[in-house]
Amino acid sequence: MTRCYSLILMALFAAVLVLFAGSLLVGPAAIGLGDSLAALFRGEGEMVTLVMREVRLPRAILGVLVGVALGLSGAAMQGLLRNPLAEPGLIGTSASAALGAVLALQTGLAAAFALALPLAALLGALISVLLILALAGPRGAIQTLILAGIGISALASALTSLVLNLSPNPFAASEIMFWMMGSLADRSMLHVGLAAPFILGGMLMMTRAWRGLDALTLGEDAAASMGVDLMRLRLWVVFATAAMVGAATAVAGAIGFVGLVVPHLLRRAVGASPARLLPASALGGAAVVLAADIVVRVIAPDRDLKLGVLTALVGSPFFLHLILRRRKDIA
Amino acid sequence: MLGSVRRSEHMLAGLALVAGLAQPVAADAPRRVVSINLCTDQLAMMMAAPGQLVSVSNLAADPYSSAMAKEAEAYPVNHGLAEEVFLMRPDLVLAGRYTAKATVDLLERLGVPVVTLEPARSLSEIPDHIRIVGGAIGREAEAEALVARFEADLAALSVPEDQVLPLAALYYANGYSLGSNSLAGQVLEAAGYRNAAAEAGLAGGGNLPLEVLIMAMPDLVVRGTPYPGRSRSEDILTHPALDALGQGVAAPDLSDNDWICGTPQVIHALRGLVDTRKALEKAGS
Repeated sequence: MTRCYSLILMALFAAVLVLFAGSLLVGPAAIGLGDSLAALFRGEGEMVTLVMREVRLPRAILGVLVGVALGLSGAAMQGLLRNPLAEPGLIGTSASAALGAVLALQTGLAAAFALALPLAALLGALISVLLILALAGPRGAIQTLILAGIGISALASALTSLVLNLSPNPFAASEIMFWMMGSLADRSMLHVGLAAPFILGGMLMMTRAWRGLDALTLGEDAAASMGVDLMRLRLWVVFATAAMVGAATAVAGAIGFVGLVVPHLLRRAVGASPARLLPASALGGAAVVLAADIVVRVIAPDRDLKLGVLTALVGSPFFLHLILRRRKDIA
Repeated sequence: MLGSVRRSEHMLAGLALVAGLAQPVAADAPRRVVSINLCTDQLAMMMAAPGQLVSVSNLAADPYSSAMAKEAEAYPVNHGLAEEVFLMRPDLVLAGRYTAKATVDLLERLGVPVVTLEPARSLSEIPDHIRIVGGAIGREAEAEALVARFEADLAALSVPEDQVLPLAALYYANGYSLGSNSLAGQVLEAAGYRNAAAEAGLAGGGNLPLEVLIMAMPDLVVRGTPYPGRSRSEDILTHPALDALGQGVAAPDLSDNDWICGTPQVIHALRGLVDTRKALEKAGS
């Protein structure tokens, strides 16, 4: 089993590497394989280097970071709430992070100091997670969780639309779509610099929560008797999720379903134990976002098709499948 | 009811004639002109007799869109809604081809004459546009004077033959650029540049991926003026890769509103681009 697990992790890692390379090689400027690699690593060819290092590299790096953030926080939320439907997109964390980001941008706070953007998104995400915990309770019955999620999601999306519609900038209103569906188009190293510290910080925090989440699968009492400080564990996971989802949403918009589908798929392969599921979900999330970002560039190179469109196309059937299975379980 | 309003309008006009009041407008020319399109706003403001133009669109007063925002402050603004326009009792409405069709239809149903103007796609259409609007408001002489001045300015700025043309690109929010089949593209070419977007295969307006723009190595990138309030769409205009392209010379002195509309105002944009080209040549030689 352990050997099988490390094989799966290695396969996922290899997939991320391949997709990362693919992401670097796909783009509207037709650049040969040799040229692009020479430009990327050795800086040969002034313009090709500029394209590879300043346009494609940040996009690929963000694909990995955003994917890791979504996969990891999806798996962690599911472990914490012991509910397979807990996912940043479904329970309104992404939508609230988007609201925070939009507020920071439109009030000029983000222009005043750069970190205001990810911090505001983090704050938005944090408030929504705490709201979910308060509304659905730590044990989150499925209906309450989903209802609370819908409510928070709808409110945050509506407020985001309102802020963008009231903006003096005529382009802002047309960006409602971006904040609800997400995209990595034309992001730069500046955005990588903004998001990376928060996402990496969140990852570090998560690594310290694995053991506690593992114990929690046995139930709260059992976990407490094993010496897990439940209150601290909850806060730890909530902060880590808010940091990762907030930063990812601040630079790439709200991308749904990744945190739902990836842990769900991997749970069958690696088992439900969070200590095993979380690392696998992080890699799986990165692979899914990179793949989706390659596909949007291949399907509609000049349209900036939103990432969330693709992830929802794949994710919604999963969601419906989960509901059908639940109904069978109950019946 | 509607008919009676219009009839009383005519009677008022007749009374004014009988009374022999000051008549700045030709007797058969429209006396209450309302413009609901940014471009007709500006042409009408250039040519209308005092008091003849009753209202211009709200965009005319917006400095980001309108080259004549200051002049527009003298006029009440409308928002292109049929109801408010009709209540201004116009005897002529000037609209653009892409003004909401429902508004134009409704105004025509209410018996208001509407003149619609196509958007200009080239410099050579500008004299026609001046004459269309001038003719519609009965100011033919002013129109001819405007055309003559425009054509003289244009001729003075023409590019000598056997010129080595630098490569330029227009770049706006969301990576939007303009090819040859557009007014701004035509101005760029008239100013003596090759258009990188046209060479990348863009005919009218459309998306020019940042990568493609960088690979073309343009000598000059004319970027859109950002609006107040942030938008992700405009982030691309401050992308580090675009900055790294490095501009040998200062950006030309022109604003977006100079060449949105086919009016004599495009001369300002043209002059700015020509000056920049000369600076580029000096820097290159």
